[in-house]
Amino acid sequence: MSSLKRVRAGTVFMVLARTVLLIGISYVILVPVFLRISQSIMPVQDLYDQSVRWIPRKPTLDHYRMALTHMKYFTALSNSVLLALTVSVIQVISCAMIGYGLARFYFPGNGLIFAMTIFTLVVPPKIIVVPTYLNFRFFNLLGLLKDNPINLVGSYWPFVLLALTGSGFRCGLYIFVMRQFFRGMPRELEEAAYIDGAGLLSTFTRVMLPGAVPGMIVVFLFSFVWQWNDYQYITMLMPGKTFLTYMLDQLLPTMANYIGATDQLTASAGFADNHYLSLVNSAGMLLMICPLLLLYAFTQRYFVESIERTGLIG
Amino acid sequence: MQTKRRFRWTFQRRQKLGGFLFTTPFVVGFVLFFLVPFAQAVIFSFNELKLTSTTYELVPKGFSNYGYALFTHPSFVQRLTELIGDLLVEMPLILAFSFFAATLINQKFTGRTLVRVIFFLPVIYAAGVIQKLEVEDYAAIMYATSRRTATFLSSDSLKALFAAAHLPGAMTRYVNAMIDSLPNVIRSSGVQILIFLAGLQSIPPETYEAADVEGATPWEKFWLVTFPMVSPLILTNLVYTIIDSFTDMNNTVLRLIEEVLWRGYGYGASMAMAMLYFGAVSLVLIVAFALVSRRVFYRN
Repeated sequence: MSSLKRVRAGTVFMVLARTVLLIGISYVILVPVFLRISQSIMPVQDLYDQSVRWIPRKPTLDHYRMALTHMKYFTALSNSVLLALTVSVIQVISCAMIGYGLARFYFPGNGLIFAMTIFTLVVPPKIIVVPTYLNFRFFNLLGLLKDNPINLVGSYWPFVLLALTGSGFRCGLYIFVMRQFFRGMPRELEEAAYIDGAGLLSTFTRVMLPGAVPGMIVVFLFSFVWQWNDYQYITMLMPGKTFLTYMLDQLLPTMANYIGATDQLTASAGFADNHYLSLVNSAGMLLMICPLLLLYAFTQRYFVESIERTGLIG
Repeated sequence: MQTKRRFRWTFQRRQKLGGFLFTTPFVVGFVLFFLVPFAQAVIFSFNELKLTSTTYELVPKGFSNYGYALFTHPSFVQRLTELIGDLLVEMPLILAFSFFAATLINQKFTGRTLVRVIFFLPVIYAAGVIQKLEVEDYAAIMYATSRRTATFLSSDSLKALFAAAHLPGAMTRYVNAMIDSLPNVIRSSGVQILIFLAGLQSIPPETYEAADVEGATPWEKFWLVTFPMVSPLILTNLVYTIIDSFTDMNNTVLRLIEEVLWRGYGYGASMAMAMLYFGAVSLVLIVAFALVSRRVFYRN
């Protein structure tokens, strides 16, 4: 009887401790987001008001209006959606193929190719930013088009080519995930398909891929999110084009110019100061991640559940 | 048609052909879009690059770019060592925290889905341009300095506690650094938590039943079942953590490399720094891998 009581007290204590910890950790994660939300609707006067902490006295949507106009939000949004969707769909297919090749086939060079995928992960993209730019600016296919190189900068081609060959941003990670996933699938599936007369490609597309959908969802979401937030490749390969990350980065300079040029009075009255601009910035940031949060809210079930089945055990 | 011998699929033929078929795109991409730029970056680090309207020229400079990065530049070496130092502080914390968090959210309780969503949020939020802007943001700095938002672990009181304990100075400094980086650790553990979670889910329940039958305590079950079973993932996460923090475009060294690239000193010097940086990263990765991989337990 007494031991039963002790067990129950122990469980209650455990549950309490767990709840406190989970709330604490969630708090640390959520504070920056809440701070942004609060700032995005806060007029600049409230920022200076020491009695206002989270909830503004006069909530305003002006910052959103400013951010929407100066980021050219809807153009940037559709461009970003198009690019992220193109890249992530292609990457899912190419990384699944490459991962499958590494997981299931013993051929000379398998280990070397796997090492190469890890190598691409270790080199920061920034290190090869200029050569990559020059590579696409004067694209000549290893000297085949030496005399008249093609300029691919500013088009979707660099992104498509990088995605198609599994050499884009963090593709090594996606290949790794898919490889581990295919390694976890039963071999009997393929053997049965081969015995029934299926070729290599049809075995892959009709037997293996349907079973790998959870892994592909994980790769798709990672790929979409990282392409969406990508700043390096976009500034390098799409200079000056209207994409959300680029527009957000340029939001403050654009705004400062605009205010300085149109409204001397406002500028001199101090409304163009850094604090005001950073409130608009908050609105801009939320506008940028808002579509991602929506996507994540709808797909998180697949995400959290399917990553558990990807068999990431190295 | 009858006389012609049909091509027969042997196991080995299929293995070879399949391997080449599926991995060729990557090899092509690796050579075209990775090896070529990487080799060029190495060449640039020994040269000075001059961009003309149609093409570019290289002026050989030998090792002087490396000399500049190592001895002349005022802060490159310092920033690099600081970055590695920070990583050494944060890495054990990230690994321990993500393992701990994964065991927490692996348990069954109400609201588990919500907690999982929140834990994964940083992967979306703390990425790319947003993080870059956070560093430069005025209102955020003002918040941090003028109205201290009450943090759940008030770091000052914790620090005071450790100061009062009269520990050796170096240890106190280490603990202080750990406390300061706690929010950062929590926010950069999203992917690692998911990886550990995947590992915990893949432990067969029979193992625990067997341990129960043998009369193992929860403590013993953790150290003798759970920990060895997920230890390969500690290696995976270690590698991921190192790669993630070193390739994060907002880290101080990469920012410096970019500054050097676009403002003044030129491509050559910047590429030399990048190569030195890459060498340091590889070294850390190899040492960490060698230290941990020997202690990892593999099921097969």
